[in-house]
Amino acid sequence: MLNDHAKLMQAIRVSGEIVGRKKLQKMIYIAKKISFPFQERFQFHFYGPYSEELTLRVEELCNMGFLHEVKEKKGGYFQYRYTLTDSGLEFLSDNEVDMPHLEEFFSDMNDQNARFLELVSTILYFDNLPKEEVATKVFTLKSSQRYTEAEIDEAYQYIETLKGKVQ
Amino acid sequence: MSYSAEKLSEEKVFKDPVHRYVHVRDRVIWDLIGTKEFQRLRRIRQLGTTFLTFHGAEHSRFNHSLGVYEIVRRIIDDVFAGRPEWNADDRLLTLCAALLHDLGHGPFSHSFEKVFELDHEDFTRAIILGKTNVNHVLSRVGRDFPQKVADIIAKTSEKKLIVSMISSQIDADRMDYLQRDAYYTGVSYGQFDMERILRVMRPREDQVVIKKSGMHAVEDYIMSRYQMYWQVYFHPVSRSAEVLLSKILHRAKQLFKENYRFKHEPHHFTSFFYEQVTLADYLKLDESVILYYFQIWQEEDDPILSDLCSRFVNRNLFKYVEFDPAKEYKKLTQLTALFMKAGIDPEYYLVVDSSSDLPYDFYRPGEEEERLPINLLMQNGELRELSRESEIVEAISGKRRTDHKLYYPADFLADESSIGERELKKQIRSLLE
Repeated sequence: MLNDHAKLMQAIRVSGEIVGRKKLQKMIYIAKKISFPFQERFQFHFYGPYSEELTLRVEELCNMGFLHEVKEKKGGYFQYRYTLTDSGLEFLSDNEVDMPHLEEFFSDMNDQNARFLELVSTILYFDNLPKEEVATKVFTLKSSQRYTEAEIDEAYQYIETLKGKVQ
Repeated sequence: MSYSAEKLSEEKVFKDPVHRYVHVRDRVIWDLIGTKEFQRLRRIRQLGTTFLTFHGAEHSRFNHSLGVYEIVRRIIDDVFAGRPEWNADDRLLTLCAALLHDLGHGPFSHSFEKVFELDHEDFTRAIILGKTNVNHVLSRVGRDFPQKVADIIAKTSEKKLIVSMISSQIDADRMDYLQRDAYYTGVSYGQFDMERILRVMRPREDQVVIKKSGMHAVEDYIMSRYQMYWQVYFHPVSRSAEVLLSKILHRAKQLFKENYRFKHEPHHFTSFFYEQVTLADYLKLDESVILYYFQIWQEEDDPILSDLCSRFVNRNLFKYVEFDPAKEYKKLTQLTALFMKAGIDPEYYLVVDSSSDLPYDFYRPGEEEERLPINLLMQNGELRELSRESEIVEAISGKRRTDHKLYYPADFLADESSIGERELKKQIRSLLE
């Protein structure tokens, strides 16, 4: 019952707190792409892979009272923080989700910043292309982020680290 | 004259109930429309199972694709032409991407893709880049032209202005489907002044923006979008048909996995069941084929598959009740157990459907860079996000309205052949009331 909602809640539970909608989007995308059975569909948008289904599911979880959202002003924009509520925790205990390695996977990603996860998710989105072409995509599609080649190398290494966690 | 610049000796026009006429003058566009991959879109309905609720909703992705092409053509030829921010060399690329943006959609694609874990965008790409008639036409324009078209549709092109014309929060795709779906369903919600919106669109380096003076026309567009979602796209009866469709496909897939002997071999589905789908297999499948299988599966020995197909073919849909997962998830566990006891498999006959399961989205102001918002071009040349200027848009884009329903076969629960059943089903019904 509500399995897809439960998986998302479990990801937030093991992360403790996720700060930022963009970060949450990228974490779920990366996890899905590497191995976890999230069902939300992603498309490439101006800021990288984005899932409207995920956005709506988060809204549903907030409306259900399973997810606590805090909106805070940060500079010129609003930022959102997500944690599970007590009733969310209770729901999860009644609807167990079995996703091995989820905790170490998400804890690690949660320690990264949203900008880096945006790069990682973009690289994963183009994983059918050779590295040089991926770099060209990153430099042209994400020119405003001014990623460097060193950061791209670091992102590739990070993807390997994450893959290692689920093997 | 190069193929890309070639014009037809006489303009071709398609009569269209939404835009009156769709005008084609470019040889490349005319040739693309004639390809078998594009003609296949005639056999795929734009709104999937919605025709079971709104009987007029039989229009196809073919109509819609022509409509999107026509809107983009008008934007380019009537509004953008001659403006310094618009590169006239991109005209054909933009028209091709508009025409082909839905090329990879399959039959009843929303449910079908979920069940078989496919993505129509992958097939759009595969058709454009693979050995197809469409690829043949596009390649005549230039060797890298198919790739450029595919990148625009996948939104991974550096030409962001063109991407935003076809896919953004105010794009030709939405402007066509809102009006077209309203026309064919017969509802009066999807109306807005598209001509006005087109006139106030302005090209910028990375997106189309709207002159502030056109804000009220955009408000109308956002409102009709909002109303269409709740009145048509999220209609509970259409969702019931979609639930049924999805359960039929799940059941057929499950039976195949269990080596069930189908009376009629489901040849068209075999590669989908094996998860080894080729482009050729995919293109063979359209809604007529799917409905043919539903028709013959009514005669299968498996009672679940036979019953679900019979329901779909004869429009004996599941009933629904409002469902609040937060307060009622324990009740659902209880219902699941009771359904099992009554011999009604809850996997197929007790379904929670949420608004997040549906393929339509709301206007979002793009906080935290989630999605590129609609930007208004102010008189001083600055850009302002729409909901910061419009109270109407602010009111509906900030509002979270989500929805869950619980679907079940009411007729099964009314059947009380034995005394034991009578009590059990009474108990189920009381929980559902």
